[in-house]
Order: sequence, then structure tokens, then C-alpha cells
Amino acid sequence: MRAVTIERQVARAGWLFLAPALLLIGFFFFLPAAAALLLSLTDFDIYALATLDNARFVGTSNYARLLDHPLFWTSLKNTFYFALGCGPLTVLVALVAALLVNAPLARFRTFFRTAYFVPFVTTLVAVAIVWRYLYHPTYGLLNYTLGVFGIAPVNWLGDPTWAMPAIILMAVWKNFGYYMLIFIAGLQAIPRELYEAAELDGAGAWRRFISVTVPQLGPTLVFVGVVVMIGYFQLFAEPYVMTQGGPLKSTTSLVLLMYEEGFRWWRMGFAAAIAFVLFVIILIWTLIQRRLEPKAA
Amino acid sequence: MNLRGLVSLFALCAGCGRAEGAREVTLRFWAMGAEGEQVAKLIPQFERENPGIRVRVQQIPWSAAHEKLLTAHVGKSTPDVAQLGNTWIPEFEALEALTPLNELIAQSNVISGQSFFQGIWATNVVDDTVYGVPWYVDTRVLFYRKDLLARAGWRDVPTTWADWRRAMLDVKRILGEDSWPAFLPTNEWAQPAIFGMQTGSPLLKDRGRYGAFSDPEFMRAFLFYLSLYREGLAPVYGNTDVANVFQEFERGRFVFYITGPWNIGEFGRRLPPDLQDAWATAPLPGPSGAESGISTAGGASLVVFRESDHPAESWKLIEYLSRPEIQVQFYQLTGDLPPRLEAWQDTILSRNDKALAFRQQLDRVRPVPLVPEIESIMFKLIDYAEQSIRGGVPPEEAMRRLDAEVNQMLEKRRWILERRTASAR
Repeated sequence: MRAVTIERQVARAGWLFLAPALLLIGFFFFLPAAAALLLSLTDFDIYALATLDNARFVGTSNYARLLDHPLFWTSLKNTFYFALGCGPLTVLVALVAALLVNAPLARFRTFFRTAYFVPFVTTLVAVAIVWRYLYHPTYGLLNYTLGVFGIAPVNWLGDPTWAMPAIILMAVWKNFGYYMLIFIAGLQAIPRELYEAAELDGAGAWRRFISVTVPQLGPTLVFVGVVVMIGYFQLFAEPYVMTQGGPLKSTTSLVLLMYEEGFRWWRMGFAAAIAFVLFVIILIWTLIQRRLEPKAA
Repeated sequence: MNLRGLVSLFALCAGCGRAEGAREVTLRFWAMGAEGEQVAKLIPQFERENPGIRVRVQQIPWSAAHEKLLTAHVGKSTPDVAQLGNTWIPEFEALEALTPLNELIAQSNVISGQSFFQGIWATNVVDDTVYGVPWYVDTRVLFYRKDLLARAGWRDVPTTWADWRRAMLDVKRILGEDSWPAFLPTNEWAQPAIFGMQTGSPLLKDRGRYGAFSDPEFMRAFLFYLSLYREGLAPVYGNTDVANVFQEFERGRFVFYITGPWNIGEFGRRLPPDLQDAWATAPLPGPSGAESGISTAGGASLVVFRESDHPAESWKLIEYLSRPEIQVQFYQLTGDLPPRLEAWQDTILSRNDKALAFRQQLDRVRPVPLVPEIESIMFKLIDYAEQSIRGGVPPEEAMRRLDAEVNQMLEKRRWILERRTASAR
């Protein structure tokens, strides 16, 4: 009898402690999300701003329209192209950079660590201007370098086939520094004894990396992998400042499409539907990823 | 001091504040970009002439203007007076956000429809009701290199499409493969829309209910536009693919450039002094001679918002800014071309030979269809035009797809119009 009351009291205290956070999350997350879901079932637009009479409840027809909207499929394809191209590349570059900076032989560690991290903290708009010059078809450094090797100039941001690779390259450069830092933290948490023991057992550098570093880094890898992909599925700022989604819509991402529909043309109902589709995609992807990657501790 | 004393002191202050405030009205005026920066210099004179009115100019960047105005409307915090891009007027009319001006204009001795360029005035009229007063005009003309054109054997700018194309072919011959006679950025809708209006396409038909892009008139224009890229007369570049337009123009990498009045100032500043006599402006050529060389009626207007508590004072400000001599001052500050005919008689404008082409063009301007969706439709036009220019989609197919999507975008408008006629019955 008494145990039950205590249990109940504990439970009540638990809820009480949780209440402020729950209230905030409910108010600022669940409520808007629910409102957006409702919005996605209407055709709320510029006319509806005048009087609500002009908004119609349209059921799932926004979603149906999305399915035969050519731009939706293009932007979905672009988003996956970017996420799948850029995600693994970022993780790889970040890991390699972390290993290099963390290597016992490395000199000027702090300098390199800072240098690699700087792009991440620089504003994207400033970075974009510099990269636009690097990518310039006639005067750009990149084409100049290619020219030295006798490769014909590429219209990086103006050619539909090259625009996305150009964006990916810039995004990797811009973002890897942050994940490098997380990897460095992960690397430094690996006990030195493990390496010593492996060395005594006669393991070479590669063997030590595969058998000690990778498994020990497992949780960090899972974390970085998930966070990178969630971030990249929401690609927006890079194409927004570099190409405005062009040329030929080859860099229009789902979020850019949503932004244009919602905030530029004020087709809020339709934009909300895009947002929910993106939410479901990210949710499914994260669940898959958690299954595929090595079990976290 | 006790509480009572405090309260009475507050009451006193509130009282004196009110006594003074009763005579003074503060107008909130939103202006965008460079106009917002410069118009503040014209305000002191207005405040001297109207002692009871103070004006607070708030400068809004162009890129955020549309969103800010919409959110302000939703939040009921719209300004009293604002500068509005004239393609936005139908949209804000649909929102019922603007004050109809017909009566104010009828009583005004400064503003009347006849004293403005007709094409420009028309952009402010939705179903016979006037919602804005033109503030400055923006239309597209031809900027060109006189010297290079002359070298190709053309003394004057051609006035028909056929001659223009021939001139471009001649120019191409002397410039070589690396250069282009014309620069028509693939991501600007003005050019295909202008060509369409020149061949007599309404762009939208049936009072803006359906797209008219796959109809014969627009197709004729679109094929001409497309041929300029196909024949290598214009580069397949958007305006972000060219890092510095002025440099390219200086190097003679292109000879014709269809663009707007702001570039008069820019070309003057950015091109070297020895090239200043080598460039000029001309009205657009048309499919069948100068008369058909129509261009867009763009620009910005001044509007009074319905939520304003001071419509009469707001109107006074608009009247002041519309006076011919103030418009000339404004032109000197910003380079924006005045929409009033009288202002062009001023020597500062009539002597500027680069502005002259605009004066001629303004007699032949036409607004794009006055529907709220027009801007998004025009951006769709670029998307589908690009599919043909870059992607190799057959032109007929591209325009058919465009019409299909435009018709879908206009579905809501058709529904609203139908409901309106049903309720009127």
C-alpha cells in the first residue's frame, strides 16, 4: 500500500520536474507541427490572407499534387544526390583530417585544427562570394588549375551536370571542420593502452586503425553519420546563395522548393505538405541508418 | 512622493502629451533599397510645408520587402504609405490591403491619370479602381556598343527583328566565336515576356484565367527568342554566370544588352571614360518595325494602406512626391526615371541622350497581366524556357507544359472569380 503511494509520489515528482521542458517542447514544437499538418490539408495562400473564407479544406490533395509535380521529383532527386554524395564524403574527409591532426608526428597541430575549423564558423554568404570566383568559367582559379593540366574549362555553376558537384565540394569544405573536431574528441578518448597492447601483439598501423580506432570510434561515427545526414537532407543555404536552385533546377533542394512555395509565393498549404514529406523522409532514413551502423554502446 | 502624487503626475504628463500630439501626425513610410536611402532627403521640405505632419522613412531591403509587407499586413502593422513594385499591386488588392484612390485623385490638382505615361498608369488600375500612383518607371531598352555595331556596318540600331538578327550575324562575324552579339540572361523573364507582348500575346487569356503561352502569338515570339541561343547569337548564360557584366561589355564580348534604367548610371560609372561615347541606348526593335517594339511597364508606385489612420495626410505626401520638380530632384538623387510627362521636359532629363531612348520607349510600354499570381507565373516562364534553351525540350512541348502548370496555378483565381460572380447574381 505504502510502496504504491511512494511510487505514485515519485512519478508525480518526475512529471513535475519534466513539466517545464514538456511545456516548452509542446508549445514550441508539437503545437506548430500540428498546426502545420493541418495547414497542409488546406489550400491556404495569398487569397486566404485577405479572408479565411478563401481557404478551402482540400484533404490530401496537396500531397497528391506533390506526387505529380515535376519539380518535386527533381528536387527530391537533387536532395538525395547531395545528401548521399556529400554525407559520406564529409565523414571521410573529417575522419582523415582528424587522424592527421591527431597523429603523434603532426606539427603545428593547433594551427591546422584552427585552419580546418575556420570555414565552419565563417558566414556562408561571404564564403559563397569567394567560391563563386573560384568557380568562374573564364577567370576562376579552379579552371585555371585544370587548364594547366590541359583540361578544358568547365562552367561550374552554369552547367546542370556540374552545378551539384560544385555545391557538394563547397559544402564538404565548409562543414568537415566541425565533424573533425568531434572525431578528435572521440580519438582522444581512446585509451592509449589499447594501442600499446596492439603494438606489442605485432599489429601494424593499418591493423591498429581497423581493430582499435574504428570500433572504439563506433558511437562517434554513428552520431556524426546521423547528424550529417539530417543536416544535409535539409540542404538550403548553399544553393540559395550560390545558384538560386539553377541552372535548370539542378540544385533545387526540397527545402529550397518549400521556401519558394511558402515564403516567396505564399502557397502555405502546399509548402506545409512538402515539409511533412521531408520530415517523413528524414525519419525513415534515420531509422534505417541506426539499423545499419554498428551498435552504439 | 506618495502614490497619489505619482498618479496625478502621470495623468498630467499624459495630458500634456496628448495636447501636443493632437496637432502632430507621424506617418510611417516604407521605401525600398536605394529609394529608401535617398527619399529621406526630400522629406524636410515636405515637413516644412506641412507643419502638422512628420514622416518616418523606414528603409526596407528589396530582397525582404515582399515578405515584410505580407507579414505586416497579417499582423495589422502596415505602414501608412509604401513604395510597392507595380506587379505587386494586384496581389495587395486581392488582400484588400490598399486604399482605393479614385476619389482622392478626382479632387487632386496635382495628380491625374493623363499626366502620367499611359502604360505605367495602367499598372495601378485593377477593375477601374486606382490603387497606386506611379513613383518611378522601369522599362527595358537596348544598351549597345555603337562602335562595334558601326564596325559591322550598321550605322543605326535596326527597328525590326529581321534586321536586328541580320545585324547580330554581322556582329558575330567581326567578333569571333568567343563573343556574342547579344546578352539575354537565361534567368530573366523580361526578355521572353517582352518578345511575347511584341507579337501581340496577352500572356494570360480570358481575364487572367488561363495561360496563353502555347498559343500561336507567344509561340512566334518564343521561337525567335530561342533562335538567338540556337544560332549562337546569345550565350546560354544566366546573369550569375557572368561575374562582371560591365567588364564583358567593355571587352566587347557582347554588343547588345536588354536592360533597365539603373544601368545608365552603372554604365557611366563602371565603363572607362574613353568608352563613354562608344555605348548608347535605343528603344527595342519589334517584329514589324518600331511601332511594335513594345516593352514592359515596370517600376514602383506609392500606395496608401487601408489600415492607415491618416489617409488624408498620406495622400498629401504622395501628392508632394508626385510634383514634377520633386520628381526631377528624385531622379538626380537616385537615377530613377520619373513617370510624369512634365518631368521629362526638364533640361536635366531632356539633355541626357542615354535617357532619351527610355523617353521614346515609355510611349510603347504595356503592363504584364494584372493578376496576383503574375510574378510566380513569370518565374515559371523562365523555368520552362530554360528547358528548351538548355535541356533540348521541343519549344511546343515546353510551352504546353508551362500552360498546364500555369492553369493549375490559376485554379484558385478562377474559383474566386466564379464565386464572386455567383454572389453578385
